[in-house]
Amino acid sequence: MARRVAEDIPDGAYVNLGIGIPELVARFVPEGRELVYHTENGLLGMGPSPEAGGGEPELINAGKRRVTALPGASYFHQSDSFAMIRGGHLDLCVLGALQVSRTGDLANWSTGAPDAIPAVGGAMDLVAGVKRVFVITQHCTKDGEPKLVETCTYPLTGRGVVDRVYTDLAVIDVAPEGFRLVELAPGVDVDLVLERTGAPLHVPAEVTTGA
Amino acid sequence: MIDTRVASVAEAVADVPDGATVMIGGFGEAGSPIELIHALIDQGASGLTVISNNCGSGEVGLAALIKARRVVRMVCSFPRTANSTVFPELYREGFTALELVPQGTLAERIRAGGAGIPAFFTPTGVGTPLAEGKEHRTIDGRECVLEHGLTADYALIKARAADAHGNLLYNKTARNFAPVMAMAGRTTIVQAAEVVEPGELDPEAVVTPGIFVDRVVHVPSPAHESELVAAGASYP
Repeated sequence: MARRVAEDIPDGAYVNLGIGIPELVARFVPEGRELVYHTENGLLGMGPSPEAGGGEPELINAGKRRVTALPGASYFHQSDSFAMIRGGHLDLCVLGALQVSRTGDLANWSTGAPDAIPAVGGAMDLVAGVKRVFVITQHCTKDGEPKLVETCTYPLTGRGVVDRVYTDLAVIDVAPEGFRLVELAPGVDVDLVLERTGAPLHVPAEVTTGA
Repeated sequence: MIDTRVASVAEAVADVPDGATVMIGGFGEAGSPIELIHALIDQGASGLTVISNNCGSGEVGLAALIKARRVVRMVCSFPRTANSTVFPELYREGFTALELVPQGTLAERIRAGGAGIPAFFTPTGVGTPLAEGKEHRTIDGRECVLEHGLTADYALIKARAADAHGNLLYNKTARNFAPVMAMAGRTTIVQAAEVVEPGELDPEAVVTPGIFVDRVVHVPSPAHESELVAAGASYP
């Protein structure tokens, strides 16, 4: 999934990758493309993790893990960092999801469980301001429940914010008419995707299969 | 003569009263002013409202302040930490209340507070539980929510270098909330690893101008939270 997302990020983009699986996208950027990674705690030009045991405690990413700064990097305070985000200066962000609705609503910060400690970080700001929002997620939960749904049942992160979803089964756009199949993962057929999607899925006459 | 320097972390936080609102810089361990927080624990102020992005880790720094039952209310964006049960326990017990704020809204509320802007409309959070009960307005076709500026009685922040006027430089991603908190604190207290005379910092490189800073205390080798936590340290 991460490799497939990486293919769609254009050369020269300023990109914010969410914590967890979205971070893996950086490993698969095709040769010859230069991307600038933003981490919302205050760094543009974030580079890969240092060698194990290396790095500095005050050079970290939004997941609080040690990172490096590439030539051309810059540091800035939180208000500037979120001006980049909210002000529409970032081209793309890649986030995880608990649920995505057919109108592009995203739920990814809370299951609403009464004993949970709520924590949101920068997700609501990212979806409110970044030009394109990609979601990377398993198509279904561990219990087999669809994560692409008619209406989110978990608390929202943002309303009508998701542009495209990359799952283990398919690439799906959030289009004006709802979910629209773009591409199937290798070895996956349309019926399987239809069966495991919790809302109507528009299937164009020609659907490609990914490599 | 302007000289913000004070002799010790104890002197720097000596006048913080019970019930004060205190902004504490840092994102995770980067920029967390551990020595000032420990001095505040020693000082004994309680009933505090703390505005900080996280709730600390292990049982040192901010987590230790919370564990010591000094904090009755947290305003933050991400109170969960993999290695700390301090905040969850006091939150579930009902001792420490939580106001959860999106991280960018938190930063901008602090900036606004420091900049004399009482409130602003933002699209962040619209349609989510964090916007419920707040005033909404559609501006240029986009629905926005009203958020209020934040100020504090004290701001505790960490710098790499300071001069006697309180001009500050930071270290990498430790900058995070410090510049806006310096603006929003009525009394801003800085621990700096290096303290120099006026003129020794390049004016073009100064990140926080000294007008926002009230007290500077020299802490030459600040502890790192992750190293304390890895060593199993707790404070006091």
